[in-house]
Amino acid sequence: MDFAPSRSASAGAASTKIVVAGGFGVGKTTLVGTVSEILPLRTEALVTKESVGVDDLTNTPNKSSTTVAMDFGRITLGDDLVLYLFGTPGQRRFWFMWDDLVRGAIGAVILVDTDRLDEAFAAVDYFEAKGLPFIVAVNEFDGARRYPLEEVRDALALPPHTPVMAIDARERESAKAALIRVTEYALEQLVGGQRQPSMGAS
Amino acid sequence: MADNSPRPRPDRSDGLDRPVRPGRPDDHEDEHTPLAGIVRPYALTSGRTHSSVDLPVEALVESLPRADDHDWTGQDQVAAIVAACDERTSVAEVSAQVGLPIGVVRVLLGDLVEQGFVTVSSATLTDASSVGERRSLIERTLRGLRAI
Repeated sequence: MDFAPSRSASAGAASTKIVVAGGFGVGKTTLVGTVSEILPLRTEALVTKESVGVDDLTNTPNKSSTTVAMDFGRITLGDDLVLYLFGTPGQRRFWFMWDDLVRGAIGAVILVDTDRLDEAFAAVDYFEAKGLPFIVAVNEFDGARRYPLEEVRDALALPPHTPVMAIDARERESAKAALIRVTEYALEQLVGGQRQPSMGAS
Repeated sequence: MADNSPRPRPDRSDGLDRPVRPGRPDDHEDEHTPLAGIVRPYALTSGRTHSSVDLPVEALVESLPRADDHDWTGQDQVAAIVAACDERTSVAEVSAQVGLPIGVVRVLLGDLVEQGFVTVSSATLTDASSVGERRSLIERTLRGLRAI
């Protein structure tokens, strides 16, 4: 399944991605747009039998399909490295598209609203199961109630090493700090050997 | 990592994050038109949902000169994809630009790569990446993020 095995990710032109997951309206696209060099673009994934593992739709020509939108942005990091940020709906029913999306990702930012912490449960479960490094970023926009971050950690039953931080997704430096943190954490996990390189194998 | 957390696992199939179909005018569905989103998308791929070329959404692609010389008559969507690859761009950006679902674009792009019309011009992390490759790319990303 791996393409271009002769290419090395250690030198030359490379592209990579960080996933931003979270509930509806929690600020995923805002975060992406705050740090992206382009206005967030929208792509779609089809919800079809593909999602239940059927590879060929030839014999189901009338199978109706629906689509789910995914907004993404881009950050060029020097001449030869491009980072993409993919905002993806957090609900469990979208897991079929995450399998594909998280493969090869550096890590994920789970954006949460403390009034609707339950919307983060599915994403936490998923990334833990996949072994993808993730951080939890509490989006403290105006008027949002503030909770101590340790309460958020407890409510989400996060391991002690999982970073939890408060951000304002509208502020560039704040959004950037979340991306830096998840990248640092991914590196820590890799160097610490807590993460197997076979991430994505399911 | 802890797998047996006490988190409840609600099934939130409540219609939030409603699917969006930009550019799909439902009231024109019975008109014959090649517009993306009106053609059943996987009809463009003869029902195939996977490509033999693995193209992650962040992979950068670029059309090769021979794509310019090819006659794409009757293949409007493929021609649009080729045109979107005129300058190096990601699979996701091609999907957004041509208005076709990401899975369909990946199959069609995979065909174009196999046929030698499009090339993949960036390395990405894969399941086969070594720890060293992984570490190098993450470190490059970290340096880049800190510098912007």
